[in-house]
Amino acid sequence: MRRFTWLVPTLYILFLMLPIYWLLNMSFKTTNEILGVFTLWPREFTLDNYRKIFTDPTWYNGYLNSLSYVVMNTVISVTAALPAAYAFSRYRFLGDKHLFFWLLTNRMAPPAVFALPFFQLYSAVNLFDTYIAVALAHCLFNIPLAVWILEGFMSGVPKELDETAYVDGYPFWRFFVKIFIPTIAAGIGVAAFFCFMFSWVELLLAKTLTSVAAKPIAATMTRTASTAGYELGLLAAAGTLTIIPGAFVIYFVRNYIAKGFALGRV
Amino acid sequence: MTLELRHVSKRVGAEMYIYESSLEFREDGFNILLGTTLAGKTSLMQLMAGLERPTSGEIWFGGKNVTGVSVQKRNVSMVHQQFINYPNFSVFENIASPLRVARLARAEIDRRVGEVSEMLRLTPMLDRRPSELSGGQQQRTALARALAKDSDLVLLDEPLANLDYKLREELRDELPRLFRDRGCTVVYATSEPTEALLLGGYTATMHEGRITQFGETATVYRQPADLLSAQVFSDPPINTATVTKQNGRFVLSEAVSWPVSGNQEALRDGRYAVAIRPHHVTPFAQEKNDVRIEGRVLVTELSGSESVVHFDLGGQTWISQSHGIHAFEVGASASFHVDTGQCMYFGDDNELLAA
Repeated sequence: MRRFTWLVPTLYILFLMLPIYWLLNMSFKTTNEILGVFTLWPREFTLDNYRKIFTDPTWYNGYLNSLSYVVMNTVISVTAALPAAYAFSRYRFLGDKHLFFWLLTNRMAPPAVFALPFFQLYSAVNLFDTYIAVALAHCLFNIPLAVWILEGFMSGVPKELDETAYVDGYPFWRFFVKIFIPTIAAGIGVAAFFCFMFSWVELLLAKTLTSVAAKPIAATMTRTASTAGYELGLLAAAGTLTIIPGAFVIYFVRNYIAKGFALGRV
Repeated sequence: MTLELRHVSKRVGAEMYIYESSLEFREDGFNILLGTTLAGKTSLMQLMAGLERPTSGEIWFGGKNVTGVSVQKRNVSMVHQQFINYPNFSVFENIASPLRVARLARAEIDRRVGEVSEMLRLTPMLDRRPSELSGGQQQRTALARALAKDSDLVLLDEPLANLDYKLREELRDELPRLFRDRGCTVVYATSEPTEALLLGGYTATMHEGRITQFGETATVYRQPADLLSAQVFSDPPINTATVTKQNGRFVLSEAVSWPVSGNQEALRDGRYAVAIRPHHVTPFAQEKNDVRIEGRVLVTELSGSESVVHFDLGGQTWISQSHGIHAFEVGASASFHVDTGQCMYFGDDNELLAA
């Protein structure tokens, strides 16, 4: 029995990596090869798909657009969530628990519910097809998430730290910025990571609120597929590139996340 | 500068944290707040520091009413039971932080930090982060920060409670030396009567949000104002029973009685609560332990040098504490000797009547 303990994890990783391998595999093939024959690795290795994405503005702009609103959203979400989470972790006020729960229910609501009203509202204030529109729309589910994660981390910091700082003479904001935020840096890293990821993968609201100027990469991918037939190789390359920012961010916050899993909410 | 509480009370929601209390703290020694957990020591300290506002009453400091003054504007320092330091600052920056906020000159900051870190033997650790220090060193850092600030009021909220035994003894010896001649009022909260006696100075006994007595530590210990103060200031718990005074004798039970002496003669005949500290109840006869009582042994705790025996005396648990090893069989009946000269008698309102 003992000798086969490697079997289950190996199979697990194999199944997990298989689709990603296949995506990568396809991205280096021509569309003809993808559609014509079944090959485990590219018979005619080509970088044309990537070359096209990096040279054609309609493609690379998709990435730039996505990155822009995702970064905006992450900054807004974490900045707004910090004071909110502090209030929830430090103060008792009327209905605090209900409010906290209500915030979380926003996270549970399907974005489709909000797509139409958001479209109308953003159009009315001339924000349609701008980065900030998508960034703000994604706050709907990212702020509650960030508040929830940060509240867990903040509650792990003893209230006596605040008191000590006040006794030492720190005014509230100076304490908050100079002492408290560095203390929960791990939590901020984790919250930012999740905001980044959720905003990066969200398609429906991003697609609804943009047309050309702020079109996200996911939308570019679906639209190209429908107009120019099936350019599978190109799509696979775009898909591969879409994974990269997430992997990149994970690499930077990996230690924080491990810490976060041990300490806080995640 | 003296700290004075005038009819101060604190209520949170429907709960009374501090019942109306007045107290004038002393500068010439530690002011000890002695009480069990939830006695209100921390709440009272938060009021003194200005972290919380009293529901009613005023706080006067150095002849000024500071009730509404924010904590940042008062010259206070505080050390908590948990080791609280700024995790992202080095030890040096931790100690220097109140001085930086006060915008002191760099040379002056270096001088003061150097001085206190020398005093608390932190000099080799100044570049490290608090998380890289041992518990004792972390608490030393917190103390150093309080000392460096040179504040008028120093609040120490059970600073040694989370330290291990050896470190606690060591720091406890250092504390009075550190704060001597600093011209500041030091308030020290503890739940251990022994600690109060070791630190000397003045003691306020607290029980469930009330200050039951304040005075010189030795006086509070020898002459508790009431039964509660005596109970708070006794470890192991003080023994209590009901006695009846009649015909010039205190009668505990049919078999046990002892003659009235000294100022006890002024007491009217009737029922009184009697209290006696465990170390005046011994398993062997001594010259002054004149009265013999019988009880059923419940628990015996033996340490190297002393024996603590819990026994049942007419439905109440009594404790005997004595030097040497005295083993008893649990459940068996045993006789103990009481030094009735050390008994304290309390009236209906639990006030001390005679000792």
